[in-house]
Amino acid sequence: MICVVCPVGCHLRVSADGDVYMVEGNQCGRGKVYAINELTNPLRTVTSTVKINGSPMTRLPVKTKQAFPKGRMLELMSVLGKVELKPPVKRGQAVLKNVLDTGIDVVATKTCLDNRV
Amino acid sequence: MTTYKKACYDLVVIGGGPAGLAAAIEAKKNGIHHILLLERDRELGGILQQCIHNGFGIHVFKKELTGPEYAENFIDELRDLGIEYKLDTMVLGVHENKTVEAVNPQEGLLSIQAKAVVLAMGCRERTRGALNIPGSRPAGIFTAGTAQRLVNIEGYMVGKKAVILGSGDIGLIMARRMTLEGAKVEAVVEMMPYPGGLNRNIVQCLDDFDIPLLLSHTVVNVYGRNRLEGVDIMKVDKDRQVIPGTQRRIECDTMLLSVGLIPENELSVDCGIKLDAVTQGPIVDNSMETSAEGVFACGNVVHVHDLVDFVTEESRRAGRSAVDYIQRKTTATGVKIKVVPGETVRYVVPQLVNLDGPDMDFEFFLRSRDVHDRASLVISLDGQKIKTIRKRYLVPGEMQHIKLKRKALPVCSGGSTLSISIV
Repeated sequence: MICVVCPVGCHLRVSADGDVYMVEGNQCGRGKVYAINELTNPLRTVTSTVKINGSPMTRLPVKTKQAFPKGRMLELMSVLGKVELKPPVKRGQAVLKNVLDTGIDVVATKTCLDNRV
Repeated sequence: MTTYKKACYDLVVIGGGPAGLAAAIEAKKNGIHHILLLERDRELGGILQQCIHNGFGIHVFKKELTGPEYAENFIDELRDLGIEYKLDTMVLGVHENKTVEAVNPQEGLLSIQAKAVVLAMGCRERTRGALNIPGSRPAGIFTAGTAQRLVNIEGYMVGKKAVILGSGDIGLIMARRMTLEGAKVEAVVEMMPYPGGLNRNIVQCLDDFDIPLLLSHTVVNVYGRNRLEGVDIMKVDKDRQVIPGTQRRIECDTMLLSVGLIPENELSVDCGIKLDAVTQGPIVDNSMETSAEGVFACGNVVHVHDLVDFVTEESRRAGRSAVDYIQRKTTATGVKIKVVPGETVRYVVPQLVNLDGPDMDFEFFLRSRDVHDRASLVISLDGQKIKTIRKRYLVPGEMQHIKLKRKALPVCSGGSTLSISIV
């Protein structure tokens, strides 16, 4: 596993003994935290777009407000594929609440008023 | 008869991306009010608008934003400050007397006289033509950025089965984007033995989706009459020559190119501005002034940055300097000394330091030629060491940003040379 916390990119080796993880190859404490999170609960901020009607814009960019379970990204994409919005939408506004019962909202990352791009 | 609309401004900024926005805002905050920003697209924000992924703003805003969010912060500020801007406006020429000619559908031809000009045109992608890839010329071959615009802004999917040539960050980001939108990315093909993009993008854009990264490989042929049907790839040796017997076909309907960016300087060249052969951007001094007096440049038009945060910082400097120039607080014709890349440094920006310029500390951006583990950046004046900065890790893909206090520079004259090297 390559650590992505900083540009050094340490190659990490992780061994598990029950609930205890041993991390080798890390050059700082952040590497250990990263490795354990990647193994126990890998999360990613997912960004995509959704359809918007009645605007010169055709797609509205969105993101998950918090980091989202990595293994469910494609499931999230198919939910986003069904979303259709109308302006006005403000940046930060929730487009989907508690998506897939994760407790995580999907929010707009751009403001779209009626007539302006 | 063509009617020519004429106008006068203190400052004209060319380009409404992150560089132009930051320069215009900074100029306004420093006391220049008659500013005009010209943007050829239908909206402000530049390339940030299509970079819907996150990771922008860690230095400037101390948090991770997506491209549109980063842009909107500056667009809102520009509007709040009442800075005038024109969209859909293409600049046709910049003259040494600081007249800017532009055209747009509402007003036709415009001739604008400015007291100072900021060039913030950004960069463009290297294309297939620049690579000389043999083969037919079917549809389905895009630069990664064009595909990014089509997918993220226009809402068109560019293909179903893709190969990405080049492992620059935009290519990696597009590998993930295409996969999330339902395409199959067969491989990312990189000629160098190491990836061009950040580790983080290798992990989160390729490894997360099991997309193979083929290092030391290149595309040697392209097939398909109307639409792309496949590409041939081959392994290359350490001199980047193809190794016979390693050729294999990958079927695909789409190829994206992520093979480098080039500053967009047609306007600068026509204006007679001198360019640096390595950066391919204007030669600038520490106030970001080009070889044309009163014409400043900032952002990717000067040199290609990795982080938009650095573009913002550099552009604020250009905006402040333009104000200084307009208000004649400093002379534009001060004594300038050269700044040169020393050992294993590919380039340094700025290339000149104006000893009589605005009263700001010096900031330098540079790129290493090679990978260095635990190295020092050494700043010398005429061979005399004046500052050493230790670095944990240096790679060509990661631009270095270093500062030198104005008072740390010993007294020197026009003939002196400042050099920055890696030891």
